[in-house]
Amino acid sequence: MRSYKEQIIEPVAASDLLPTVRNMKAEGYRMLQICATKVSEGFEILYSFDKDHELTNLRVTIPEEEEVQSVTGEYWGAFIYENEMHDLFGIKIVNNELDYGGHFFKVAEPTPWNPKN
Amino acid sequence: MSYVTKSPWVIHYDGSSCNGCDIEVLACLTPMYDVERFGIINTGNPKHADVFLVTGSVNEQNKEVVKQIYSQMPEPKVVVAIGICANNGGIFKECYNILGGVDTVIPVDVYVPGCAARPEAIIDGVVKGLGVLQEKRNAMDGNTAAPAPAEKEEA
Amino acid sequence: MGKRTIIPFGPQHPVLPEPVHLDLVLEDEVVVEAIPSIGFIHRGLEKLVEKKEYTEMVYVIERICGICSFGHGWGYCASVEGAMDVEIPERAEYLRTIWHELSRLHSHMLWLGLLADAFAFDSLFMHCWKLRETILDIFEKTTGGRVIFSVCKVGGLRKDIDNETLKEIVDTLKGLKKEIKELTDVFITDTSVKNRLCGVGVLSKQDAIDLSATGPVARGSGLVQDLRLNGPGVYHKLNFEPVVEEGGDCYARCKVRIGEVFQSIDLIEQAVSQIPDGPIDVPVKGNVKGEFAVRLEQPRGEAFYYAKGADSKFLERMRVRTPTNMNIPALVKMLQGCDLADVPILILTIDPCISCTER
Repeated sequence: MRSYKEQIIEPVAASDLLPTVRNMKAEGYRMLQICATKVSEGFEILYSFDKDHELTNLRVTIPEEEEVQSVTGEYWGAFIYENEMHDLFGIKIVNNELDYGGHFFKVAEPTPWNPKN
Repeated sequence: MSYVTKSPWVIHYDGSSCNGCDIEVLACLTPMYDVERFGIINTGNPKHADVFLVTGSVNEQNKEVVKQIYSQMPEPKVVVAIGICANNGGIFKECYNILGGVDTVIPVDVYVPGCAARPEAIIDGVVKGLGVLQEKRNAMDGNTAAPAPAEKEEA
Repeated sequence: MGKRTIIPFGPQHPVLPEPVHLDLVLEDEVVVEAIPSIGFIHRGLEKLVEKKEYTEMVYVIERICGICSFGHGWGYCASVEGAMDVEIPERAEYLRTIWHELSRLHSHMLWLGLLADAFAFDSLFMHCWKLRETILDIFEKTTGGRVIFSVCKVGGLRKDIDNETLKEIVDTLKGLKKEIKELTDVFITDTSVKNRLCGVGVLSKQDAIDLSATGPVARGSGLVQDLRLNGPGVYHKLNFEPVVEEGGDCYARCKVRIGEVFQSIDLIEQAVSQIPDGPIDVPVKGNVKGEFAVRLEQPRGEAFYYAKGADSKFLERMRVRTPTNMNIPALVKMLQGCDLADVPILILTIDPCISCTER
């Protein structure tokens, strides 16, 4: 077993995300989480997967205005993380199978992690 | 002494607490601390309750819930804010989704500090709240001369 | 087909210990769909990394949840230690494991009590919580706190437990084990309890995989998924096998947690018999530069911590993904087709921690 101390974070182009995720699903990976980080070039999105207790991450870096494909077609449970990223960061997710339209996280101000003013 | 102070019923609402104070409130009801021996029962129905225990601070979403529970409780009523978050926001005060302590939306009678508030402190706070409850009741009856219960001084 | 009704369930509700919010779509008494939404306890504490230094942030992370507080502190410290390439002393790893297993013990006892409360067996609830107090006394003795300990720090621990106290803890747990056994036998054998749990809320193994269920929910559906097999701590030095049940129903999830109660006691005994003497912390200086993701098996399942440094005292990003978050899709699936009256017990068997989920 690969030790948890060996980190794997693979950069993936936004356009390759869906095919890569589809392959991982076929190989039996479980989706763990998706999270976003606000960076100077836009957003960094980290997709984490698990297989046999080993952690593998994919990283997609996108400019702020770019849309990201939803992975809910492969991993339905991802709706939680995608709605969260949409509500807290303002990341545009397309084809989300369970899109709350900005009503998942009820926050006082819109996109608190990426304030518009 | 009125029936209210003899067996006050409490209602508990978790604002945006970390659960620490919530489980301590619940621990008060269990055999180690056992507040039921004082006739205190935890109810889920605001219309049954005399004492409102709030843990955690308020935010834009639960503001209305807290107000609603408070307005549904019959007079006289007492609000006890449990834990530092309910007092003034505590460690989360600077978070973007936090408004502040419970007193930003409803009047608070007793503040119980602590992170998390210990069961002994919570019981003390409720007992202190009962004194306030008696005062409020006296004021409602126009009978301000009646002595407040002795517990008040001890708490 | 009956008429459809939507019931908003929560946040304040007589049967709910926590402000969970679900919209339940009903056909007569049967739930056809459950739509979760969150935000009632959302504080936005991950964003405090911009205001608190990485050494102070541990206090904030510990307060994500008052039930698995120690685990959160550990997970955070492990991720920052990973990013800074810090190795902590062996004794500290052992002590963290011991405190973490004690937390699991108290959390599972708390859950068993709440479960008893959910199926209206109040004396059982009270007994579970009475036994739980013994574990809280151990916490108080060793850390000073009952629910929030603040003993973890980046680089090790703030407090040591001397070997004498460790032996006392083992003795206390030995006595407790007998009492817990009497109690858990009721959960396993009592007919009325079984009536409420068996066959209710079945989650198949395939669904558990597809919906990324975790912790006792996954293990109750026959999935061997326990991060103690590959994560921080000294579990690799202890004799450890995950507790797995095949049923996938509420009863199976209950049995997994009962199994883990005894497993935790056993792990603590093993850890105490092996623990080496030595320092409990290493000095940590400088800024956080790298990034590190770590997972930890909490009482409710695996928690994910990701720290990213920005070569300053402040982290650029701290992400915590808690177990309940992962179990919500599974809960939504389980609720479909159940009776309205079973909803509270179903919500409870994933052992939801809403404070964790909303952060």
